[in-house]
Formats: sequence, structure tokens, C-alpha cells
Amino acid sequence: MARERKMGMATRDAYGKALVKLGETNSQVLVLDADLSKSTKSAGFQSKFPDRFIECGIAEANMAGIAAGLALSGFVPFINSFATFLMSKTYDQLRMSVAFPEVNVKAVGSHGGISVGEDGASQQSIEDFALAASLPNFSVISPCDEYSTEALVPQIAQSSGPVFMRTGRPKTPLVYDPKKPPHFEIGKGILLQDGQDVTIIANGLLVFEALSAADLLAEEGIKAAVIDMHTIKPLDEELVIAQAKKTNAVVSCEEHQIYGGLGSIVAKVLSEHCPTPIEFVAIQDTFAESGQPDELLEKYGLTAPHIQAAVKRVLKRKKK
Amino acid sequence: MIISMKVSQTKAVSISELKKVATEIRKNIIRMTAEAKSGHPGGSLSATEVVVALYFQVMRHDPKNPGWADRDRFIMSKGHASPVLYAALAHSGYFPAKDLINFRKLESPLQGHPDRRRLPGVEASTGSLGQGLSIGIGMALARRLQKKDYRTFVVMSDGEMNEGQTWEGAAFAAFQKLDHLTLIVDFNKYQLSDATAQILNMESLAEKWKSFNWDVQEIDGHDLEAVLKALERAKQVKGKPAVIIAHTVKGKGISFMENNNHFHGVAPTAEEAERALKELEGK
Repeated sequence: MARERKMGMATRDAYGKALVKLGETNSQVLVLDADLSKSTKSAGFQSKFPDRFIECGIAEANMAGIAAGLALSGFVPFINSFATFLMSKTYDQLRMSVAFPEVNVKAVGSHGGISVGEDGASQQSIEDFALAASLPNFSVISPCDEYSTEALVPQIAQSSGPVFMRTGRPKTPLVYDPKKPPHFEIGKGILLQDGQDVTIIANGLLVFEALSAADLLAEEGIKAAVIDMHTIKPLDEELVIAQAKKTNAVVSCEEHQIYGGLGSIVAKVLSEHCPTPIEFVAIQDTFAESGQPDELLEKYGLTAPHIQAAVKRVLKRKKK
Repeated sequence: MIISMKVSQTKAVSISELKKVATEIRKNIIRMTAEAKSGHPGGSLSATEVVVALYFQVMRHDPKNPGWADRDRFIMSKGHASPVLYAALAHSGYFPAKDLINFRKLESPLQGHPDRRRLPGVEASTGSLGQGLSIGIGMALARRLQKKDYRTFVVMSDGEMNEGQTWEGAAFAAFQKLDHLTLIVDFNKYQLSDATAQILNMESLAEKWKSFNWDVQEIDGHDLEAVLKALERAKQVKGKPAVIIAHTVKGKGISFMENNNHFHGVAPTAEEAERALKELEGK
């Protein structure tokens, strides 16, 4: 039996809530948006702190540059748009005005992945991890549910350099129990459950799918460890290596293009330190389309049964 | 070729003194690029009077305290004009003028294009064209939020008027009534490949900025008196940002470099540098 889904709020909603909280305690936090505040959920901050919200219009490049100027003057600006526009339209500005000079700008892209749904491929961000991770000095974060989002946002504000965080559009199953919150720290993966046969490393929406896959595998007697790797960069190499050495098989899962995201970075670390068979659950170098989120996740291979199948494949390749 | 870098560090006050500083800065632009055997002398020489007026007369800044919170901000958006910026910073006393010789060398704070992490006094790292105005807007917004009194000055090239981001910033700054922001366009009529009128003619530039609701002045960008007057007038403008379109000559000050776009991104040879310095000695 796959795990029961207890739905929480969308990570974009949790972010919006966390941003308001942040505004109450940190007067240096400013929020910028490019005419999408109702969708990115920065609108909560906008109505609570209108003097610290800067509407930039549909001009993302200018927004990123303005944020650099604000950060250079001591503020902590959060810039917001859909993840695909935030990373693609402002890539040069994030490179030249933010990453290179190590300016303290926080970029938060909503509508990550294909679970955007009906709006279709143009709005679905599948390249954002790769783009952000390729920028030196950038940290890249993808929380999996409302609690992890709310826990990570204040840390992002506290951290001293450029950060990209992705949030998602649809309501998201809860991974964490607020009564037993784990210790969240940027750059530290969370071992949600241990298991000796295989390690599943996931982020975002696919963390719940990974847990669900682990339940399905348990019925077959396969014990899977599951990691919430909310920080893609800097990757928690220590945890990846330790788990790979223990289980000798790894599956990476992400709602992202197969090239350049979590899987690529995990594979790089493994091939360097302890070559281990690895399978990748990701979008197979294609754009998706319009449809309901669940239909899309199913069609493009990002559900618990797909992860279960990937585990079977990697176990066959495992060194005896 | 090792060249001595002796320049004075006195703050100029009169026009004649500013002219002397401009000549010293031009000499250093020639020395630096010739020594590095690379760099962009043409657009540095065209912006010299504007930069001199700002650093030695108009801007409040303290070379001994580059992080002073109330300082005026300067952004060289056309980052390839780093030689004129570095020469002005050295002449102001941010670092010893003898270090200018390290321009573009390995591990030097004087990178090919300005790098704020390496060189105190550089407010923003630039080099990808069209980004400086937006950064300046951020600083001007910060000033308003912090209720401070500093001004932000941005120097852009005419080539940067091609960039879409420039016009995103133009619309935003006017809409936000950022009257502590002054943009100076170094309109030297050339960009890398050819004359701006041939590549992508942006005329009438003044009409464009006016239509974006900026205060617009057009001046001779080599007439120090006119530059100072325009910068002073820009300070008085309320409720809108100000742009000064400075008509300049690329390669200004050296006969064989003026309007010679070969020197956009090519350094003078040792022999050319010698001739150039001789010409400047006579000024």
C-alpha cells in the first residue's frame, strides 16, 4: 500500500506565509515581484508591508538588477516570479549583478516543475535547478512541503549570499509532522527513513512519492532509505557518500529535466568518491504539456510506481 | 614596458585644476592599456571629463572609508571603461597610483572589468552591458527607504542604449520618481563594430528619454564647465530622475585615437603610447 496522502498547503502558499512572518522580525527584508504577486504568493507581504514591497512590472531583468542595488545597500531583497522566468529571463543579471559580486539577493521561483498543470510547458520550470546550480556562489533549494518551506525561509534570509529557492503551485502532501519537526539546515539533507538495500534521494514534490515508493518496496521485502535533499547546492556530500557506501545503490528523484539537476550533481559526487549504480527519476529531456498535475506526473514518469521501478533497475545493477 | 605612475592626489577645485587632473587620468589610461597590451582606451578617454567632474568635484566620497554609508554612489555600467574608473580611484587615493600598472594582470584587483570584491571603491561589478542603471535604481530606492541624502550616478555608453534592460530601468525610475538618480550617457557615437548610427541608431536619444519622463540635458561632454553645470542642475530636479546626454569623442585627447574605432578595444602599442603621452604632455 502506498502511503496515505495528507494534503498540506502548496509550498508557494507556505512561502508567502513565511515571508510575512519574516517581515515582522526582519526590517531589512524587501520583496520584489514582476506582476505575479498573487501567483507567487508574495502578495501577503505586499498587503502587510506595502512600503517594503516593490512592484517592478513585467520586467524581470530590471527587477534582478534593482535587487542587487538594494542588497549592496544593506537590504535583504527577495525577488519573485515563476521559476522559469526568474531563472531564464534574469540569468545574465543573476550572473553578473548577483552571483559574480556575491550580492545577497534571494530569488524565489514559484510554479516549479510540471505540476503547474494546465498552463502548459511555457509556464513549467524544468531547467531552474540546472541554471541556478551553474552559477558560482548560488545556493539552490527545493523544499518538499509546507513545514520544510516555513523552516527554510528564515534560514535563507539569514544566509549571507545568493540563493535560489523553488516553490510549487499545487497543494502538496505533508512529509513532516509539525509536532516532531526535524532540524532543518541549508546544505544538510534529512534522512527520513533508513534502509539497507537502496537509497532514494529526492526533493520537492517527489520526496512524498519517494516515501510512498519505499512503502511499496517494503511490501516486497526491499528496505529503502529515503533522503529529503532540499538543498541541491551545496549538496550534502557526506550524507550521499555515507548512504551510498551503506546501500550500494542510489535512485535520484526530481521534478526537473534529467540533465543538470539533483541527479546530475549526486552522480558527480558518487563517481568521484564511491562509484555506485544510480538510476534517475526525472523528466527525460523533453518539454511537458497541459493537463492535470497528477496526469502529468504519471505521464512523465514522476510517481511512486516509477520510483519503485527505478529501484528494481538499480538493484539489478548492484554489485553482489 | 614598465611605466612610472606618478600622479598627484590633491583634490581639485578650479576648472584649470580639473583639466590638469583629466590630462593625468588620460595619461594613465594610455599607460595602463599599453602596459597590459589590452583594454578599452577609446571609451575611457571619451568619459574622462564626466568621471573627473564626479570624482574630483561633485561626489561626496571618502577614499579612506569606501564603505561610508552616506557616500554618493558611482556605477560604471560600461564596465569596459575600467581604465578611466581605476585611474580616477587611484588619483582620489583609494589605492596607490603605482598599482595601476597591474591592470589586467593575474590576481590583480584591477580586473579587465570592474570587480567590487577585489577593489574597494568599486560599487558594482559590471561588464555585461545594460545592467548598471538597474543597480543604480536599487541604490536610489535604498536611499529613499533609509531616508538618507546620497545621490547615485550611473555612466552608460551609447551602445548600452541598445539593451532592453536599459528601457525597463528608464520606465521604472521615472515611475518611481527617483530624483536622487543621475544617469550620464557617454554618447561617443561608436560601439564595438561600427558607428552607433550604423549598428542600431537610437536617435533621437533625448526624445526617447523625455518620453520616458526623465529630465534631459544635452551637453558637450568634454566641456568641464558644462559637465559640472549639468550635474549641478540635475541635483535640483525634483520628482524625476535626470539624464545627461554627454556628446563626446571616442579616443578624445589623442589626435590619432580620436574617432578611430580601432581603439575601442585595442591598446596602443608602445610606440603609439609614447606618441600619445607626448601629445598629452603638451596640454
